[in-house]
Amino acid sequence: MWQTDTGMNALEFTILVAIGSMVAGLLGALTGLGGGVVLVPLLTILFKADIRYAIGASLVSVIATSSGAAAAYVKEGFSNIRIGMFLEIATTLGALCGAFLATVVPTRFLGMIFGLVLLYSAYLSHKPRPRTERNLPPDPLATKLKMNGSFPSEEGGMRAYNVQNVPGGFSLMFGAGALSGLLGIGSGAVKVLAMDQAMKIPFKVSTTTSNFMIGVTAAASAGFYLSRGYIDPGLAMPVMLGVLAGSLLGARILVKAQTRVLRLIFSVVIAFLGVQMIYKGITGTI
Amino acid sequence: MPRNWSDQNIEDVVGNLLRAGVTLSATVVFGGGLVYLIGHGRAAVDYRLFRGEPPELRSLSGILHNAFSRHGLGIIQLGLVLLILTPVARVAFSIWAFAAERDRMYVMFTGIVLVILLYSLLGSGSAF
Repeated sequence: MWQTDTGMNALEFTILVAIGSMVAGLLGALTGLGGGVVLVPLLTILFKADIRYAIGASLVSVIATSSGAAAAYVKEGFSNIRIGMFLEIATTLGALCGAFLATVVPTRFLGMIFGLVLLYSAYLSHKPRPRTERNLPPDPLATKLKMNGSFPSEEGGMRAYNVQNVPGGFSLMFGAGALSGLLGIGSGAVKVLAMDQAMKIPFKVSTTTSNFMIGVTAAASAGFYLSRGYIDPGLAMPVMLGVLAGSLLGARILVKAQTRVLRLIFSVVIAFLGVQMIYKGITGTI
Repeated sequence: MPRNWSDQNIEDVVGNLLRAGVTLSATVVFGGGLVYLIGHGRAAVDYRLFRGEPPELRSLSGILHNAFSRHGLGIIQLGLVLLILTPVARVAFSIWAFAAERDRMYVMFTGIVLVILLYSLLGSGSAF
């Protein structure tokens, strides 16, 4: 059934890929881990697509879901547009470098790097998050860049924050962009790490600003992929529409779902896929 | 005009812009998908071997020509171009918004991001 060279025609293939992508988008939205990270393994392992086609299709779906989600987030007043815009210089440069690397790195290495990133995301989703320190003194560079802000806090009222370590955050963001361009993922986890841990930006502001940045980062590498012929319309169509539908559905049922159990199951799936990708990379069957 | 008020307004416009871009591109991709499947639904597909897309599906002029000849794959690709252009439009709008706030430093930062984005689309091959 999964051998696309025999049996499956375009219609069957499209429907199955759309269903698989929708489940990935739904789980990604419900667990907050993002659907992009399971899409490439799904397309390469289950649907036997070349990893470069899979990365191209995944990038396109990352733009769709992040733009859809960002539209909702920016209105809530959590995301900081100035922080996002400044750091996008780093993520887009990184994305271009990553996309370029993807065109020269052998596919088996892409598979292995992808596997390692999957294992790390699975680990990261269970590591307790150290609390961001509050009431830090203003940092001269962050102040000069007008990054300090405030957001509606859980206790009510506005809570002010002072951004720290801009060079550290900027460097991490370059890395996040490079991973995104190399593997076709949103790399939201690394972006949040850069803002929340390195720059001491409140978690809620970090996650929403990260979401805001993912689309622009992915657009930088998607343009490169498209002009290089790495984006196949027949594959990208069901992937993009499926993931978008799944993530929109996920955002609607988010409040009712038992996300803790789901997060656990999803991270086990991610770890399993990570091992598979590494194995396939080593044996050269990717 | 207090800064927070205008920042909130910018965020509203950005939110609507993103939503409109995604809706438009998803509609075009869906339409193209229908045309493609009606015409080629029974054809065999194989993505195991990487060949790369032909020039008419990777350059903007080729994609436009293909889409307006009502070829399904060309229409899908046009929808994907619109999707890629959505964040680019957001960045372009932000330049205008920062200029309206007379924030020269952020006009410059946003300009750098726009140049990088346009380079990726225009400079890296035969896209346009």
